[in-house]
Amino acid sequence: MYLHLAHFGVFLALLAAAVSLPVRSISTGARMAFTLLGLSGLATATSGCMGMLTGCSLNLVLPIGLPWLNSHQHLDPLAGFFLLIVGGVTAIISLFGPSYVIGSVSNLAAARTLAFFTGLFVAGMYLVILAADAFSFMVAWELMSVASYFLVAHDHHKKENVDAAFIYLLMAQVGGLFILLGYGVLAGFGSGFTFTDMQAATLPVHWQHIAFALAFIGFGMKAGIVPLHVWLPQAHPVAPSHISALMSGVMLKVAVYGFIRFCYGLLGTFHWQWGVIILLVGCASALLGILYALMQQDLKRLLAYSSVENIGIIYMGLGLSVLFASNGNPVLAALGLVAALYHCINHALFKSLLFLGAGALINQSGQHDLNRMGGLMRLMPITAMCFLVGCISISALPPFNGFVSEWLTFQTALQGTVLDSGVTKSIIAVAAASLALTGALAAACFVKVFGIAFLGQARHQDTLQAHEVSFGMRASQILLASGCLLLGIFPSAAINSMQTIPTDLLGIGLSQVESGGWLWLTPISARASSYGAPLVLFGISIAWAGAYLLLHPRRRKTPVRYSPRWDCGFGSLSTRNQYTATSFSQPIRRIFRPIWPIDERVDPPSTAEDGGRYSVHVGDWAWEKLYLPLGRMIQRSAKMVTKIQGGNIRTYLAYSFFTLIVMLWIVI
Amino acid sequence: MNVSGWILALGQTALLILLAPLLSGWIKWVKCKFQNRRGPIPWQPYRDLAKLFRKEVVMAQQASPLFRATPYLVFSVTVLASSIVPAFAVGLPTAVIADVIVMVGFFALARFFLCLAGMDLGTAFGGMGASREVTISSLTEPAMLLSIFTLAMTFTSTNLDAMVLHTLTQPFQIYPSFIFAGMSLLLVGVAECGRIPIDNPATHLELTMIHEAMILEYSGRHLALLEWASMLKMLIFGVLICNLFLPWGTALHLEPTAIAVGLLTLGIKLMGIGFVLAASESVLAKMRLFRTPELLSLAFIIALLGMLGHVILEVH
Repeated sequence: MYLHLAHFGVFLALLAAAVSLPVRSISTGARMAFTLLGLSGLATATSGCMGMLTGCSLNLVLPIGLPWLNSHQHLDPLAGFFLLIVGGVTAIISLFGPSYVIGSVSNLAAARTLAFFTGLFVAGMYLVILAADAFSFMVAWELMSVASYFLVAHDHHKKENVDAAFIYLLMAQVGGLFILLGYGVLAGFGSGFTFTDMQAATLPVHWQHIAFALAFIGFGMKAGIVPLHVWLPQAHPVAPSHISALMSGVMLKVAVYGFIRFCYGLLGTFHWQWGVIILLVGCASALLGILYALMQQDLKRLLAYSSVENIGIIYMGLGLSVLFASNGNPVLAALGLVAALYHCINHALFKSLLFLGAGALINQSGQHDLNRMGGLMRLMPITAMCFLVGCISISALPPFNGFVSEWLTFQTALQGTVLDSGVTKSIIAVAAASLALTGALAAACFVKVFGIAFLGQARHQDTLQAHEVSFGMRASQILLASGCLLLGIFPSAAINSMQTIPTDLLGIGLSQVESGGWLWLTPISARASSYGAPLVLFGISIAWAGAYLLLHPRRRKTPVRYSPRWDCGFGSLSTRNQYTATSFSQPIRRIFRPIWPIDERVDPPSTAEDGGRYSVHVGDWAWEKLYLPLGRMIQRSAKMVTKIQGGNIRTYLAYSFFTLIVMLWIVI
Repeated sequence: MNVSGWILALGQTALLILLAPLLSGWIKWVKCKFQNRRGPIPWQPYRDLAKLFRKEVVMAQQASPLFRATPYLVFSVTVLASSIVPAFAVGLPTAVIADVIVMVGFFALARFFLCLAGMDLGTAFGGMGASREVTISSLTEPAMLLSIFTLAMTFTSTNLDAMVLHTLTQPFQIYPSFIFAGMSLLLVGVAECGRIPIDNPATHLELTMIHEAMILEYSGRHLALLEWASMLKMLIFGVLICNLFLPWGTALHLEPTAIAVGLLTLGIKLMGIGFVLAASESVLAKMRLFRTPELLSLAFIIALLGMLGHVILEVH
């Protein structure tokens, strides 16, 4: 029943793609497509939610697909959870979409392509999660990748957009190839391509390692772990903002889903080496992601790097979970898994919120560059409030949702002392250290984003023309912000309803979560740790109200007097006196200097009046040290291969002759 | 419902709020004695606060609602943090609201808003203070978490209450890793409270300001709330360092005599830590701003070493 509802959602998403083609006006097309998408999101979110809550696994064989392999579909708690994320975020973004598209796309053909591929992209994501055999999975995966390629390449008149989209497509295809090989290994030892057959396969240990490595690289490429992340900061800034929200908030989670499904569902065994690799790569992604985010000036590029950071935090939770599972501590493994999953849903909420906010900002001010924004809080108060909620959540501050998942990850890491090996224990300690550093740097990064973009004075004329966005765009941001608050205030209820996932995958749930009552989140036991999020909010409100009421008579007597800012007696301050995004992060740039390739230039003044120029450009080591040399190597080897092609017919005949002999030798 | 417990918990919070200016006054007084100055009386901070509360608030025309809300938010978050520290007794019902990671989160939340308020008006000083504050906190916050994690792993709990209770009830044992954790936490406390050698609370010399630069535009009751919150934060750090490493004297049961002993020992411990801070401030000079990351990364490394030492050597 719920599975049918999910398929109905897929159908609606495909319908949204189809109806957008014949329409003749941008606004009708956008409204129709997004209404259908919103409904499809609601349908799949409902079915996913029910699938997760009921905890049983539904299966269905559709009469489509290859003649010998019909398409298998399923809905179990894990799939239900991710369907809930994809469907829920899609439904909310559908409120944002129409006015954004109407406001930013002027050409009918472009609007049609955008709506068509958005529908296909969303349907692809649903189908990846619903797929229960490798063939359906790969078809859906490619549908998702290729549709999103067209969305990234949407504004294809600019060269950098086409380049970004090409890199994205290239990496998506290479990643897809790895995943395919991973499934191939499992199918080779099992009896078929369905997930149940693959689960039943018994693999020798070294083949298990190979299958894991293939899946880790394949899904990691889509998820954006370091150093496979380079497509993210290129693709996100050029895609339309609601698409960036979908790609960063949701599509990365689909990659995480694939990885969890492969490791926990299909491989079924755990080795400690895997845990160590996932954990260390997660640490590297989290730290480097946030350090690179700190140095960005382009708002959407910054958010893209911060997605790398958050994927790193999710991978840390998974790594801890795998480590504990391999050591025979299923309860702690369940805790790590729940921490990772909770961060998945949290990141989906706040990163979509931030991308939508960034879209609203860029739409209104016409600026991508933080250094040209400023003072937008007065012009766009609702967007500013929602963006602030997003910033607090992503900086892992109480009482919002990002804090809960980081807290859970810390709690998991602190149980590392139960492990047998001293090496893994030390690695967990280092992981906890890097998570702590990541959290603090994330707060620094988002102080910068909010402070530079929304506070202070406008740094550019265009910014002054911004005004509050339309109702739909505001509504979707408010919904996402309230989601962040709710998941932060009632974590124990949310985690309790997620219990079915570890129960299904690891055979054990978290029995202690609400052992101290619903007010307290006690993941391990009431003694070990507790966090009463509702009480925290209550306590802050009480203290606030107390301070406010105590000061009330004083406020009546001496109301606030307004005056110009303190200018140290030097005369009026200009907007150029403010700190910029670049100067704000300068001290951190100085501390962690070797982390980035920095091109810093000071041009001395040419005349007495000219003040000289300072410019700084921060690159990416992964790109400069890994991908560019790789690209050069491929080009060199391609050049070498061209030597075979001499243009002489006798040489070609000789090639054919020798090939024939070799073939005959192999066959006979 | 444990009524007497809740009353005691509220009493403890009120006591910490009220005592916070006294600790600052005490430190200043001792420091003045070290420097052969007469110095203000220890309760001078109360007079300063009262004066600020009486004064009119002058606010910049460019201020946003966030600027106006920040003093209240910072104050209330710090008050909540003070309610979860076991100061003179363990077993208070407020202690389970939040564990030590949440407390670090509270300080981070207050700092987040303080930095935003600094950047709100678009003055150079505000941005400068905010930028420096986040730089310093991005090193102190992880160092603080790590040093506390060492304790949390030893006591298998992140609840402050459970940590203190564990040390009080178990036979005395010296853990080498605690020395690292304690050293790191001391450095962090000095940095977080904006004391010498990281920041100098007594000066408005523009090139060295951090905390003062962010709150430069505040006046009247808003400034009073922020000043009070920072005094309270210093007191919380003092209580935390005392009670995590030297918890003896803290009341185990909620009885009058035990509580009286707890209060008395807390007072002595705080006077002691204030004395140490004043002494160190008298012999040290403020560091150049770009030297401070070295000291703070030292705190981070020490904390990490403590934690590694614990997991490798002390866990069986």
